[in-house]
Amino acid sequence: MTPDNMNVLEVVRGVVEEHGGKAEELIPILNDVNRTIGYLPKEALEEIGRLVKTPKSKVSSVATFYTMMTTKPRGRHVIQFCESAPCHVAGGREVWLAIQDQLGLEDGETSEDGKWTLITASCLGLCGVGPIMLVDEDMYGNVTPSQVPEILARYS
Amino acid sequence: MNYRSMVLVSGDPRSMERGAREIYDQFQREINALELENEVSLAWMQDVGRSDAVPLAVVYPEATIYGPLKLEDVHTIVEEHLYKGRIAPGLQAPVRELSGHIAWISARQGTLPAEQRIILKRAGLIDPTSIEDYIADDGYQALANILANMQPKEVIDQIKASGLRGRGGAGFPTGLKWQFVASTPGEQKYVICNADESEPGTFKDRVLIEGDPHAIVEAMAIAAYAVGADEGYFYVRGEYLLAQKRLRLAIQQAEEMGLLGEDILGSGFNFKLHVHSGAGAYICGEETALIESLEGKRGEPRARPPYPTTNGLWGKPTLVNNVETLANIPPIMLNGADWYRGYGTEKSPGTKVCTILGNVNVTGLIEVPMGITLREIISIYGKGMAHGAHFKMAQTGGSSGSVIPSTLQDTPMDFESYQENGVSLGSGALLICDENNCALDLAIVLMNFFRKESCGKCNPCRIGTERAYQILKNIAEGVGTMQDLEDLKFLSKNLIELSNCGLGTTAGTPLENILQYFMPEVEAHIKLKVCPTGVCPMSGKKAYPKTKLVQLEQA
Repeated sequence: MTPDNMNVLEVVRGVVEEHGGKAEELIPILNDVNRTIGYLPKEALEEIGRLVKTPKSKVSSVATFYTMMTTKPRGRHVIQFCESAPCHVAGGREVWLAIQDQLGLEDGETSEDGKWTLITASCLGLCGVGPIMLVDEDMYGNVTPSQVPEILARYS
Repeated sequence: MNYRSMVLVSGDPRSMERGAREIYDQFQREINALELENEVSLAWMQDVGRSDAVPLAVVYPEATIYGPLKLEDVHTIVEEHLYKGRIAPGLQAPVRELSGHIAWISARQGTLPAEQRIILKRAGLIDPTSIEDYIADDGYQALANILANMQPKEVIDQIKASGLRGRGGAGFPTGLKWQFVASTPGEQKYVICNADESEPGTFKDRVLIEGDPHAIVEAMAIAAYAVGADEGYFYVRGEYLLAQKRLRLAIQQAEEMGLLGEDILGSGFNFKLHVHSGAGAYICGEETALIESLEGKRGEPRARPPYPTTNGLWGKPTLVNNVETLANIPPIMLNGADWYRGYGTEKSPGTKVCTILGNVNVTGLIEVPMGITLREIISIYGKGMAHGAHFKMAQTGGSSGSVIPSTLQDTPMDFESYQENGVSLGSGALLICDENNCALDLAIVLMNFFRKESCGKCNPCRIGTERAYQILKNIAEGVGTMQDLEDLKFLSKNLIELSNCGLGTTAGTPLENILQYFMPEVEAHIKLKVCPTGVCPMSGKKAYPKTKLVQLEQA
């Protein structure tokens, strides 16, 4: 779902109410809004600030600090690739190059058709089966470069 | 099939040269002669770091080392040790400080010597979503006993006597930390469980929580009782959704049974627990950043002192402990400090949960006594290096640990021994690298991690990690100069000495280790324009412009 067919303000109000509207709940609130809408649009940040009585500047600074939140819209599918040392040593670099090749994207870019966003991530906590790649919420372990096209083909 | 004993014969080149093959065959014959082949397993192992006593054999479960062996000794060992069950006199390898005993639980395939599982003993064996399962296995017994029979001070004394040290990486004595919080006056105190495990290569806390969530809940209640807190938080990494779910369920179950909440077990002690999800920031594993984040702010570390023990969450005295540290609490309270000190070394008692990763045959999670060596871990649990390659270096403790060269693989893994050698144990991740890995390339990966995870609050870290990354990258492209090495040394010194928090300090450590232990390799990139392992691109093109570092101390 995109912000176009979803009322951002309604989502925000629902989430804030669920968390009791306290300022210390700012991070869980942002997280939930981010999860529902897919990112944190400007009007969402403003509304959250108003409801939890926190300056816009502070809401924005928190929203841009944490990697699980984003203030920019992302593609329909987000690929997170672990670039930490354990996956790197297990052959991660070749897999990373294969993904980049296949999609023609650099780290942090979104494809023109809005299908893919490619980002690197720090350790995802599944190092025993590295290299790891995460497509949306699907985790792939022991990935080899030759498996990349097959994995990507599963998503439409 | 479960064997009752296991014999491992050293099969490293030096042992083979000295007749290990004949000794192995002799063992097989003697074992068969006494019809012990279904009770005793025989296998080859890699070098155990006792090159002074090869060829040798290790007999488990006693972990007795026999060596250097002659062919005729084999008969005595089999007859005395394996048949009659006593240690064969006069054949043991000369005593040297060893890694504590490695216990034997009937290992699943009967081929591996088992680990010592204190805190992981239930993980995978009980249903983590059932409080009944946990209670049936001594669960909440420690808490019940404490609430009925012990004063908070007695609890702290017992933890102090156990010698338990924080398992988050720094190794601070846990009992002392508890005492600091307990002795700070204040109506309201908090306990926090740091489950923001983001150290690359570390997933022990996730396994602990997912496998045995009630153990951590019980430990939190004990900690709260000891320090005088009535509210606690789990700060769980945002990506660990299953761990969060299990904790929430565990808390709910414990509340329903009256093991959390008001007037627990009729003792008058109240304790409320919350689960807080992180939002993706490595720095939030630092305790003051974690507290900031819990308060709904950016996770930027505070200046210390004051420490959280006096000014923590909402300015109140706060105890912050790592998941693994807490997991040790119920067994210590149940079995006593002396029992606990039977594991590990004198100054670092207990076990350590380690993750083995990288170029070994078997990767995964193990719980071993403190003081085991890297070589033992690689050969016993990692089942040796993959593809028969050689061990080159290990990265301990995720990014914030050290890069350990092969010369230190016989150093006992405990806090002191590692400290003496200028390296650190960190959080227990062991990334094993073979000779096909480039030390410079590893440094780049690590520095890239730090430059991205630096919170940006203080200059030495924000600028230092970025600049160090650029210099390393240039060296890897073959355009480095010897001056770059001086700059790197300067940067690592700045990072270590001037950073506000542990992130910057530890960012300097791998840099320093690589310059100390792998200098020839790095110099080859600069002087010969060659990457000895063929990993670095060496394109001759500058990745980053060179900027002159102004060294303030000389200016």
